[in-house]
Amino acid sequence: MKHTISVLVENKPGALMRVTAMFARRGYNIESLAVGETERHDVSRITLRVDCETHSLEQIEKQLNKLVNTLRVTELPPGESLERELALFKVSAPPSARAELMALGEVFHARIADLGPDAIVFELTGPPEDVDSFEELVRPHGLQELVRTGRIGLTRATRGHKGKPPVQALV
Amino acid sequence: MNGADAILRSLEAEGVEVMFGLPGGAILPLYDAMARGTTVRHVLARHEQGAGHMAEGYARASGRVGVAIATSGPGATNLVTPIADAWMDSTPLVCITGQVRTHLIGTDAFQECDITGITIPIVKHSWLVLDVDELPHVMKAAFHVASTGRCGPVLVDVPRDVQEAELEFAYPDEVSLPGWKPPRRGNARQIKAAAVSIAEAERPILYVGGGVLNAHATDELRELAEVARLPVVTTLMAKSGFPESHELHVGWPGMHGPKWSNYALNKADVVVAVGARFDDRVTGKLSAFAPGATIVHLDIDAAEISKIRHADVPVVGPLKPVLAELAKRLRDEAVPGRTDAWLAQIDEWRGQFPLRYSAEPGPMLKPQLVLERLQALTEGRDDVVWTTGVGQHQMWAMQYVRCDRPRTFITSGGLGTMGYGIPAAIGAKAARPDATVICVDGDGCFQMTCQELATAAHEELPIVVVIVNNGYLGMVRQWQDMFFEERFSQIALSHNLPDYAALARAYGALGFTAENEEELEAALIEAIASGRTCVVDARVDPREHCFPMIAAGSAAIDMVEFQDTHTEVPVV
Repeated sequence: MKHTISVLVENKPGALMRVTAMFARRGYNIESLAVGETERHDVSRITLRVDCETHSLEQIEKQLNKLVNTLRVTELPPGESLERELALFKVSAPPSARAELMALGEVFHARIADLGPDAIVFELTGPPEDVDSFEELVRPHGLQELVRTGRIGLTRATRGHKGKPPVQALV
Repeated sequence: MNGADAILRSLEAEGVEVMFGLPGGAILPLYDAMARGTTVRHVLARHEQGAGHMAEGYARASGRVGVAIATSGPGATNLVTPIADAWMDSTPLVCITGQVRTHLIGTDAFQECDITGITIPIVKHSWLVLDVDELPHVMKAAFHVASTGRCGPVLVDVPRDVQEAELEFAYPDEVSLPGWKPPRRGNARQIKAAAVSIAEAERPILYVGGGVLNAHATDELRELAEVARLPVVTTLMAKSGFPESHELHVGWPGMHGPKWSNYALNKADVVVAVGARFDDRVTGKLSAFAPGATIVHLDIDAAEISKIRHADVPVVGPLKPVLAELAKRLRDEAVPGRTDAWLAQIDEWRGQFPLRYSAEPGPMLKPQLVLERLQALTEGRDDVVWTTGVGQHQMWAMQYVRCDRPRTFITSGGLGTMGYGIPAAIGAKAARPDATVICVDGDGCFQMTCQELATAAHEELPIVVVIVNNGYLGMVRQWQDMFFEERFSQIALSHNLPDYAALARAYGALGFTAENEEELEAALIEAIASGRTCVVDARVDPREHCFPMIAAGSAAIDMVEFQDTHTEVPVV
């Protein structure tokens, strides 16, 4: 089963490497990974997508918690969290196919980031499942290149922190 | 002062007595600072691996943090094996390495290597110090992380220019590590549940691991065992954590533990794991390990809970208070006499399955006899510390040597590092100058680190090395014999190449060769009494295998026993 894990780490050199090295060493495969600063400049958030059993997920969380730079590990439960991904698609678009592709883009609220004589670059932000669907639909037109940021996520505003203190209190 | 001085002042502030190391280019400023003076004794190893294992031996014998020092590049990579060893056996270690100057990092400079990168999977944490003002805080944090929570190794990598840079030194009282929060106490409700499980058990057993020694909780363990009359098995890492002449000590579980010990552990209905991690060498085939037993797991490391075997009653916390609390509860709740029948059953197995070996009179010494004689010669002494290498001799030492005092059996368990014994003995001697330190070694192991005999002789840290010399890589021979249809491949070392006694003398030690029981007895007596570094080369029968044995992939209960049909004498 696939899980999204959100890890808050001290923004220090090597912190990301320690996290990824733990996954490599324990034999867990990372499907996607996104990292960036949080509301605090000294704290980074790493969002990981992993495919594993629930038992392994518990191990992963415990092993992550043992890392000295790790501040908090949470699973983003499906349904109770928002997940987003940004992707750029370079699709072959001869004049004959252009109209259809643009209509397709509109359905997904994909922006046209660049338009060339033979290709279009779509920019799509949304739930990762939407990115998957859009990819499936444009692929038959000739998907020249694709880049995805990896998913990021937060718990919903309505869900709150389940009593957990904000990060400020941790550091 | 400069960064190098700051490192030494930090070590002094931590109360470090001794450090083990070897100088080189990138660590020169630190050795220059030593020449200016420090209260910390430096033991000059002949190889950085030796320095690392010495620091481990010191840590294991003293219960304090071991300190090892090496230069950049090859010096640092030579420390990798001891770091991995300390990681597997949860030995608290602070390794300090020199690094090339800051502006050279990343340029493939002379003796540059990314040691913090190389060691990431085998350290609790590491620091590359780029700002000299951070050094005192990093040193404080290094000792704190190494010795709190589950113990283990840390690494501090200090570029040469940082060692030379000036700073205003102030050693912090507190350390700020927001992400490092080891548990401070066990959950009271879980401890209560554990007490109920134990009190209600018909066939309970304490399965004790090395954690009990790291936690300094041997008194609390004994209290718990005695209050509820619980039998105790100690793993290789926990050997000496519970008095082995105690009536409740029921041996050592696992691959070469006695059959009756494995019966006790595997036929229990409640297994209380105390700072143990269900290692494959203990469990054998996991699905057949202690089938149906309720598992109570006490550990400071939450990640060990249900990692290998599901814990029915987990208690995460420091063992000292957890065991004390558990003993307190069981004083009220344990039913007197409840475990008597179970203890009698284990005793019956003990009589039924003694350790045995062929005592057929032959031209060669039996390896087991060497261990028996060592045990007999040190019987009743409480000032003996044992170290071992890895292999058959290590398993025989586990089987035949009795340890009643904590921290008197020091061995490489998890990583199985051949060559651990001699340097670990030197470290143990530094920790316990009053003790007789005996390294039980194999001839294969001996040749991996024997250069440290020079360190032992030169630094006046005398140790007695007893080589159980069968002229082979014995454990490999045993496996090839038993599981590879006797196809012996690349295992012959020869009994007398080198001449170990002569080699010992070349290193400034006393050397003895023993080929029969009389020579062995005389050599051991003289060596133990000499107060000098000694090597006793006991040439033993290479045909002896270490029994009993759980074959790889087999259930612990299906041990292969000693099968000689000629003459058997029971040796309990």
